Amino acid sequence: MSRPDVLVTADWAEKNLGSEGIVFLEVDEDTTAYDGGHLPGAVKINWTTELQDQVRRDIADKAQFEALLSAKGVSSDDTVVLYGGNNNWFAAYAYWQFKLYGHADVKLLDGGRKKWELDGRTLTTDVAERTATTYTAKEPDNSIRAFRDEVVDSIGKKNLVDVRSPDEFSGKILAPAHLPQEQSQRPGHVPSAINIPWSKAANEDGTFKSDEELKELYGEQGFDDSKSTIAYCRIGERSSHTWVVLHELLGYSDVKNYDGSWTEYGSLIGVPIETGSGS
Amino acid sequence: MCAAPDQGVALPPNTDLTKETVLAGRVVADGQPVAGAFVRLLDGTGEFTAEVVSSASGDYRFFAAPGTWTVRALSRSGNGQAELTPTGPGLYQAEVAVA
Repeated sequence: MSRPDVLVTADWAEKNLGSEGIVFLEVDEDTTAYDGGHLPGAVKINWTTELQDQVRRDIADKAQFEALLSAKGVSSDDTVVLYGGNNNWFAAYAYWQFKLYGHADVKLLDGGRKKWELDGRTLTTDVAERTATTYTAKEPDNSIRAFRDEVVDSIGKKNLVDVRSPDEFSGKILAPAHLPQEQSQRPGHVPSAINIPWSKAANEDGTFKSDEELKELYGEQGFDDSKSTIAYCRIGERSSHTWVVLHELLGYSDVKNYDGSWTEYGSLIGVPIETGSGS
Repeated sequence: MCAAPDQGVALPPNTDLTKETVLAGRVVADGQPVAGAFVRLLDGTGEFTAEVVSSASGDYRFFAAPGTWTVRALSRSGNGQAELTPTGPGLYQAEVAVA
């Protein structure tokens, strides 16, 4: 993978709005942002209700993913361009999920909604209608997804990259600071994890830093590029952002996203937890 | 900076200000509220901690902890920042002027 295979610029997106075979999908935690204005022609996806199973805690399974994309009017051979608010956190999560289910051509709009808005580009409230398709997904590629037992087994062995903020890593707070802090799980991080906040990989306007800056950043923070890697955060969306950086932009081969992340790990009985700012 | 609670600050129901440290305020340009600004919360080392979008009335809100925080706003009208230093749970407010 290289940058043009993974990212499109706002200029490219603006020129390709409405093009045949290119589908823009806005992904957010809640879709009120979309309702208030979105890229012309873009279709909304609700991360909470559409990309996750609504009973068990899990991502949408293959059949659910197929049903969703069929209903949204996406075909397997479409170029899918994902974007969203929150610095593309949920768009990155969707990107990872599209990769997991083998979608051939999926890209992220670099900078997401934020850069688009700060640039003053066109937004519309017209809701795009696309004709339903019959979308076929591939079997999930779990080589990019980590589960809890593997995380525990990786302590002291793999790069465990905790991408939460330093205060979440140390255990001072349990959730990003725009959310209430009452939570059931224990604060802290997986022992041996290195704290490289996702935000260090992004510029203020939400675009990704250059490959050179990213390589330097991870090297400085103790990331060992000869080892396999698992990235995690609180619920797996910010770590998707870092997964995109490590696996897609920098091209490291064995990088997994642990979507269970701290809300799962910090609730497990008996697993080791470390607090404090680490080494 | 530690003002009495402003009746205009909308907190979620059940927010317990004896436990939560809430940082809140308004983004303004030439004294007028700025809606849709990207408001970033940076910790004492300047590290990004959170980001919200200001409301229709220009308001932002974070749940944080005692410490030194910078609230930085990016908008079509320009950028600006303010500092907040909560010493314990409660509501702390700062206006962020952008230009």
